[in-house]
Amino acid sequence: MSDFQAILKAYEQAGGDPRFLRSPRVASLVVSGNKVLGANEVPGVKMEAEELPNGVRARIEVAPNTRLDYPVHLCFGVIPAEGIQEIYPEFEIGEGAKVEFIAHCTFPNALNLKHVMEAEVHVGVGATFEYAETHYHGPHGGIEVLPKAKIKVDERGRYISTFTLTHGRVGRLAIDYEVDVAARGVTELTTRAYGTSDDAISVQETVRLNGEGARGLTKTRVAVCDQATSEVLTTAEGNAPEARGHMDCTEIVRGKAVARNVPIVIVRDDRARVTHEAAIGSVAKKELETLMARGLEEKEAVDVIIRGMLAK
Amino acid sequence: MQKDTLLQVEDLHLTRNGKEILRGVNLAVREGSIHCLLGRNGSGKSTLAYTLMGCSGYSPQKGRILFNGRDITNLSISERARMGITLAWQEPARFEGLRVRDYVALGMRERSQERIEEALAAVALSPSVYLSRAVDDSLSGGERKRIELAAVYAMRPRLAILDEPDSGIDVLSIDDIARLIRRMATEGTTVLLITHRDETVAVADTASLMCEGEIVRNGDPKEVRSYYARRCVPCEVVGRRRGDRT
Repeated sequence: MSDFQAILKAYEQAGGDPRFLRSPRVASLVVSGNKVLGANEVPGVKMEAEELPNGVRARIEVAPNTRLDYPVHLCFGVIPAEGIQEIYPEFEIGEGAKVEFIAHCTFPNALNLKHVMEAEVHVGVGATFEYAETHYHGPHGGIEVLPKAKIKVDERGRYISTFTLTHGRVGRLAIDYEVDVAARGVTELTTRAYGTSDDAISVQETVRLNGEGARGLTKTRVAVCDQATSEVLTTAEGNAPEARGHMDCTEIVRGKAVARNVPIVIVRDDRARVTHEAAIGSVAKKELETLMARGLEEKEAVDVIIRGMLAK
Repeated sequence: MQKDTLLQVEDLHLTRNGKEILRGVNLAVREGSIHCLLGRNGSGKSTLAYTLMGCSGYSPQKGRILFNGRDITNLSISERARMGITLAWQEPARFEGLRVRDYVALGMRERSQERIEEALAAVALSPSVYLSRAVDDSLSGGERKRIELAAVYAMRPRLAILDEPDSGIDVLSIDDIARLIRRMATEGTTVLLITHRDETVAVADTASLMCEGEIVRNGDPKEVRSYYARRCVPCEVVGRRRGDRT
């Protein structure tokens, strides 16, 4: 099996549709280890990728006012069980563009693997950048994933991101995102993760609402079972008039798992407003018994409830 | 125990938080029938429903529950459900992120889109509007209640325990619920219908009256309803010593 075929198979395991990575009409970038296996540009989307000893540096530019027929598809993965992959992507979303990216990061055989992602994102004036990243880490948990991103959203820009890791083991996950939002800009960061065994989940997100009327939302949905741990640290800063921020965290805890949530609210302008809500606890008894009364075993019922919570 | 009895409850006692709620309940429900359990709020009807379903915290201290001749008193909820017993809660739970189509399908042995849509239509909900909605707080209490009943109907259980299916919905919808209950019975489901509204008894084949944790009347629905209207509204018993009841 060629490297490309192997990564396509892994991409599919992560929930991706390999047809998109083969289509000339779809902008895509495929990276396996430190090899760029494919980079397809379409009008309005330019990609440059440079192979490094342990990974890839990539620059993706979306021209101003671009509209695409299909989302841009990205695939980052490592097929061997051991190794390190470092990805340094830079996204430049031109003024007024409106684009959607779908990324799948797949490490199906991970036993002793490290994946580092350090992204820089610039969303231009009035542009919209929607970025959905789904991970699959295989069944063993032998992986450390460290996604880090610095995002700058210009006036009236919108940055909407979703990170999902809900199938297979997590291993160790440490997300670290920082977003600066200018006037009337919007950001929404959604994180969904399901930890089992001794998985460790850490989510650190900072949203700085620096411009007048800027809006920010962090939404975290985490479930931890067995001995897994979760730590969610979110910070929202209201630094300008009429800035509005909200942090919303829901976590389900089962067995000996431990979940922590620390929201930090900083307001530097008396016309700004930042709020937070958190709910951490076990599965509600009534929900559980309702599903059991339909014939599900307790374990199946818990899984249905957790997956529902993660899907929202 | 009669040959056609599906559910038999014998001398069931349950104390919760130091309070005796079920005081020796005896009840028999015939297979294929609609049996109405009538009683005022606080009489122990919902507690009996949870006990029959095997909910946690509702293990009886005395007595037994027989289903199709088998003692199920110590079985788990899932085991009872797999035998064909289910419960529609008075206040149905909410499920974040779980779509109506998936919720209704959960208990179906053979899942089919046709049956799911039929179940929603049976509770007067348009499948095209509701299938993709979540069973969460975006639905009103009445909508959740209908979806709960649709899920029970879709299961084709042998015994459906419906806890106050007529509460929290508008008056016009009560006819829809009555039609659904008859339809369940036509399809072979035995229905234990729990209510505090005497007009709901009309849908039943047989009825019992529950008062202070005991069944005090059994028999013809008209007779039980008439007794309830005469003696229970206002109540002649609560506040008096139990021995004073005549």
